[in-house]
Amino acid sequence: MKKASKETIAGLAFASPWIIGFCVFLAYPLLQALYLSLTDYNTLNAPVWVGFDNYIDLFKDELFHKSLVNTFSFAAFSLPLSMVFGISLALLLNNQVKGLSLYRAIFYVPSLVPMISLAMLWLWLFNGDYGIINIALKGIGISNPPLWLSDPNWSKPALVVMSLWGVGNAMVIYLAGLQNVPVSLYESAELDGAGPFRKVWSVTLPLLSPVIQFNLIMGIIGSLQVFALPYVMFPGGAPDRATYFFAMYLWDSAFVNQRMGYASAMGWVMFLMIFALTMVSIKLSDKGVHYS
Amino acid sequence: MAKPQSLSTRQMLQTASIHAVLILLSVAFVFPLLWMLSTAIKPLDETMVNPPKWIPSEFQWGNFQEAFNYNSDTLGYSPFLQYGLNTIALTLLIVAGTVISNALVGYSFARLKWPGREVAFGLTLATMMVPFPVLMVPLFDLFQRFGWVGTFRPLWVPAFFGSAFSIYLLRQFFRSIPNELSEAARIDGCSEWRIFWQIIAPLSKPALAVVALFSFNGAWNDFIGPLLYLQDQKSFTLALGLQAYQSQAGGTPWNLLMAASLIVLGPVLILFFFAQRLFIQGIAVTGIKG
Repeated sequence: MKKASKETIAGLAFASPWIIGFCVFLAYPLLQALYLSLTDYNTLNAPVWVGFDNYIDLFKDELFHKSLVNTFSFAAFSLPLSMVFGISLALLLNNQVKGLSLYRAIFYVPSLVPMISLAMLWLWLFNGDYGIINIALKGIGISNPPLWLSDPNWSKPALVVMSLWGVGNAMVIYLAGLQNVPVSLYESAELDGAGPFRKVWSVTLPLLSPVIQFNLIMGIIGSLQVFALPYVMFPGGAPDRATYFFAMYLWDSAFVNQRMGYASAMGWVMFLMIFALTMVSIKLSDKGVHYS
Repeated sequence: MAKPQSLSTRQMLQTASIHAVLILLSVAFVFPLLWMLSTAIKPLDETMVNPPKWIPSEFQWGNFQEAFNYNSDTLGYSPFLQYGLNTIALTLLIVAGTVISNALVGYSFARLKWPGREVAFGLTLATMMVPFPVLMVPLFDLFQRFGWVGTFRPLWVPAFFGSAFSIYLLRQFFRSIPNELSEAARIDGCSEWRIFWQIIAPLSKPALAVVALFSFNGAWNDFIGPLLYLQDQKSFTLALGLQAYQSQAGGTPWNLLMAASLIVLGPVLILFFFAQRLFIQGIAVTGIKG
């Protein structure tokens, strides 16, 4: 008993930075945001209670709808594409190729590029007049290539291309997962007459499913709050608000329009969406996930 | 005889085609970075020629210096030098805070038993679902009341109070160390602090290094934090300074912009090349049993 209580004291002492951090930098602001979301607040005057007005306004706010549609349609393209691309790269590298670590480094490095450098680089590559992408497209006979970043129809696909370039981080995770698949399973599948695609479908993917689930959940959490890259590359979501994302509207509401209560309501909507989507993807994929 | 022969031809063909695809993809992945470098060392007029010039007529390494000193006459200091020093100072503080605090907390979750530990750990993992934007307004308010807005404190102080992802990573690692080591030390009358400091921490250097690397990258790349809390241009970080430079510079001098972007990228790349194995292993463990 005495030993146990001594260990409890030590345990709490060691955990104390996080206990404090959790309370001050997480629980308090999260609950405070919930309170503020029920008020009108501009930081100069005390918050004024308005009940659910902010949430009702959000429901009717067309710009909010637009930012939501933008966010989800971007995620709906970039998430599945990055997963397929990342898994394919990992499968290619999992063939006992010579020079694995070099290839892996090449595919991984772009995902390391700091967001701000990434933004500047692709602003340049996608530049309508002098960007190398359009020069190349003109070179192969496409006389009128899209203006990418200043064309509302092409700015989101441009962002998807950028996110595919950064697939290396997820690829490394997939590759590590693949290397955990026992060779004997492939051998017995081969004995059963399975071809290469059949092997991937029936052996690899089921065994990789926990890793896929992990990347999916992290992808959902990340893509719903995407902010910095579009904020730098597309001020105000220009052109035509085609790249005005949820978090950008939240930022503008809080720090441009000084509507802190409204912004907090958006924050809570974002939190609840992430929570719900994470739960759904855990529930759904638990049916298909194999833990070895 | 014929059969193994044909099999190995098939295998060779397969290997060759895999390499062909990989080489093609590698070119596509490397190409943007090479173009960035090529642009950064060109004279400005050569950035806008068609057909594009990969090798500039003269290597203008001075572009890097010019990017560093951009506008220094009016400001009275070299902005990118100042941003760089700010970023280094902040990053070092954040890395130190992250490693120290999360090692302690991870140790508690992994190797000390206390009532409510499992619930607390579950709650810790759940906090990964809380998006930063929902915390932004109250945190800004809080730091405003502390009088910290406009200083570096809102950016580094929280690093000393733990973060879910690093706690998770270190807990997993600490749990893999055999318990007998701690038990033997306890029987010898070692305090928990000494067990942590003299046995567990030295054995965990690779995991601690991984946490340090990740937090280095996070701090170095952070944009939204500095955007939220820093006001005076002299206190900007590289990420924020580069954005300010780009949005102010009319008729963007692409060569200087790419040079500045490379200045930001450089330390991250150098770190990767020196610690490649740690990076790859570190990322690999994050995904396994998530």
